[in-house]
Amino acid sequence: MPRYLLIESRDPFDSNDTRFCCDLAQQLAAAKNEVTLFLVQNGVLPARLGARSNDLSRLAGSGVRVLADRFSLKERGIDETRLAASVTAAPLDVVLDALAEGAKVIWH
Amino acid sequence: MADKKTITIAIMDAPYENARSTTALRLIDLAAKRGYNINVFAYEGAVLQPFAAQTPHPNAVHGRNVEEENHFIPKDAIAALMREAESNGGKIDWVNCGLCVDERGAAAAIPGVRRGSPADFWQMAEASDNTLVIATR
Repeated sequence: MPRYLLIESRDPFDSNDTRFCCDLAQQLAAAKNEVTLFLVQNGVLPARLGARSNDLSRLAGSGVRVLADRFSLKERGIDETRLAASVTAAPLDVVLDALAEGAKVIWH
Repeated sequence: MADKKTITIAIMDAPYENARSTTALRLIDLAAKRGYNINVFAYEGAVLQPFAAQTPHPNAVHGRNVEEENHFIPKDAIAALMREAESNGGKIDWVNCGLCVDERGAAAAIPGVRRGSPADFWQMAEASDNTLVIATR
């Protein structure tokens, strides 16, 4: 099964195009691909429960794994225990693992 | 090493301007720790990341001298990453886009950085296990 890792570095409070990754992830998952959305930098801001996290919850419900960079969370004082249930904190190694394993990795 | 990989990363951001630079250096650091070969193609403002004339400065506002300020200098970080990769059996091949260098007067780069063109990026990507393009907005 083809694997995709989409990296979202933008936050929905600052950018009006963060739907791009969500939409693409959803479509790729619907087409039977293994899809992970990795939030990094300000992209982790919507991972906070209630802070525009509905999109991420919907995404997780459609089979997309949603991860948030642990370092970016810590930089912004976001407690890992207060993330939306659909989001899991993870190290940046996830990106390198995906690259090493030949996944298609797209930065946004 | 059976699992030795070659990864190409393209970056475009100038130093001190965006968190993308930090993330790119973090990725290179992780790859260096794993002993991977890492190709970096620096385009546009990113050719200033390894600019040799970067100088640490004191912080008069906070009353700190150069040593106390311990300012982050990208060229030093890149040199350290090159050493780290080598000590783990890998290497960093850093290519600065030549035209981008000329436009910015950034020819003075640290040792280990070479001049190239987008054709180098294509060749590096072709020879790599995978490629990540960290584009500006």
